[in-house]
Amino acid sequence: MNERILIAGFGGQGALTAGQLIASLYLNRGVNVTWMPSYGAEMRGGTANCSVIASDGVIGSPIVSANAGIVMALNSPSLDKFEPVAAPGGTVILNTSIVTRGLKRGDVKSIKIDASNIAVNELKNIKVANMVMLGAYLTLHPEFTDDEIERVLNDRFGAKAAALIPLNMKAIASGKANAAR
Amino acid sequence: MKTLMKGNEAVSAAAIAAGCKAFFGYPITPQNEIPEYMSAKMAESGGVFVQAESEIAAINMIYGGAAAGARVMTSSSSPGIALKQEGISYLCAARLPCLIVSVMRCGPGLGGILPSQADYFQATRGGGNGDYNTPVYAPNSIQEATDLVQKAFNVAEQYRTPVMVVMDGLLGQMMEPAEIKPIPRFKNDTDKYATNGESGRRGRNIVNSLNLQAAALEQSNLRLAEVYKEIIKNEVMYESTVEDGDELVIAAYGTPSRIAQNAVAELRARGIKTGLIRPVTLWPFPDLAFQSLPSSVKNVLVCELSMGQMVQDVRLALNGKLPVHFYGRTGGVIFEPEEIVEKALEIAGGGQ
Repeated sequence: MNERILIAGFGGQGALTAGQLIASLYLNRGVNVTWMPSYGAEMRGGTANCSVIASDGVIGSPIVSANAGIVMALNSPSLDKFEPVAAPGGTVILNTSIVTRGLKRGDVKSIKIDASNIAVNELKNIKVANMVMLGAYLTLHPEFTDDEIERVLNDRFGAKAAALIPLNMKAIASGKANAAR
Repeated sequence: MKTLMKGNEAVSAAAIAAGCKAFFGYPITPQNEIPEYMSAKMAESGGVFVQAESEIAAINMIYGGAAAGARVMTSSSSPGIALKQEGISYLCAARLPCLIVSVMRCGPGLGGILPSQADYFQATRGGGNGDYNTPVYAPNSIQEATDLVQKAFNVAEQYRTPVMVVMDGLLGQMMEPAEIKPIPRFKNDTDKYATNGESGRRGRNIVNSLNLQAAALEQSNLRLAEVYKEIIKNEVMYESTVEDGDELVIAAYGTPSRIAQNAVAELRARGIKTGLIRPVTLWPFPDLAFQSLPSSVKNVLVCELSMGQMVQDVRLALNGKLPVHFYGRTGGVIFEPEEIVEKALEIAGGGQ
């Protein structure tokens, strides 16, 4: 396997965290992974993105700047910037709450998820929109069990945020249920 | 068990695992996770963390800590390392062991905070005064970074010299699974040099770099040269995938060596027999890796995130034996594997 993912959004939307969780899911299965954040003069409200690669083989460049199997666009500027990065036949996951346009390309598939609205209306917490997006991603990988997902949440957020794990699990479940291909 | 670690954090955790007892530093992007980690964990492990008032202060605290016989470490990034160079020269002259981690960003001047390798010269030649060298390790994965940090402390103590670990900003910021595998610690006899009290010993240890007698100072330079000769003999590290029949060799270090790895795979798929040499020690430089290339090799291409620095060492090693080409990007722009492939095709085409 060789999964190449690019996740992008506004700073604060949780694109980087979503990427770390995906990397951890693969790591726990014994697959090689890399996670590479964009870094620069990043700030809340600015843009943030990360590259995640999971592979059975040795991973060369950790940067996904082309041939992304998956592009997750949490906002419109991210779609504009990274739609061209998707590989032909790849999938772009759109946060349709704030990404208003569809895909320009005809050679990639889309998964649409109303992530920010679900987070606000259903889960009462905008911060879990990234988890809803993660749920939409996981529809492509039903092999990951809830136990595996809960484990990476626990590892990532630790004891101090244990109370928030059920909310995050709910957000992921909602992303899985509402993702539209 | 391997866990997902950020490069800067992994380096810090490895240093603590290696028994580092004091960290002195001053903040600068893109290495701030190192002092951040150390500020929390050093105290927990019974060590000392000091955020100094400047890089110059920090490197002189290193001088003090090392003179007292402690395992000490500092870290910084390009303009910060520039400020430390006077101190590094003094550490070399005083024969004091320490670890200096340099997470390279763009220059010259204040430059930018994005990844770069433009401080190859800074690390391997140094800007401090006098005839000195420092061993320089350049990992290309986070696992390797944790291994080399531990090794660097041992080498520093074995030869009583400052040692550098250089990473481009990419490696500092990225996450990869890594596991800190402790390596045996060098048995450092600090009584030989440290100012740790005279008890049980005859004569004082004096740590000093001033020597006003010409003949004596020349002797001390000759002793240093002997140490460097030993380091060159024993400590060279590199990786090579070059095989008999390869026509092109690409040389790269650090994260760009991984980008080059993708390019090599692509070139091989296109029928261009290509091998990769990755120096792990930048000083001492793996001259032999280049001098022992098979006769099938027609060209060498050096790829760096700089305007061309390691390329000079490759040319020195080859001494005119083969044409040496260069491809680099700077300012925080990172080359794609395709750019290296294109350059390689241009070279291969030109040779026919």
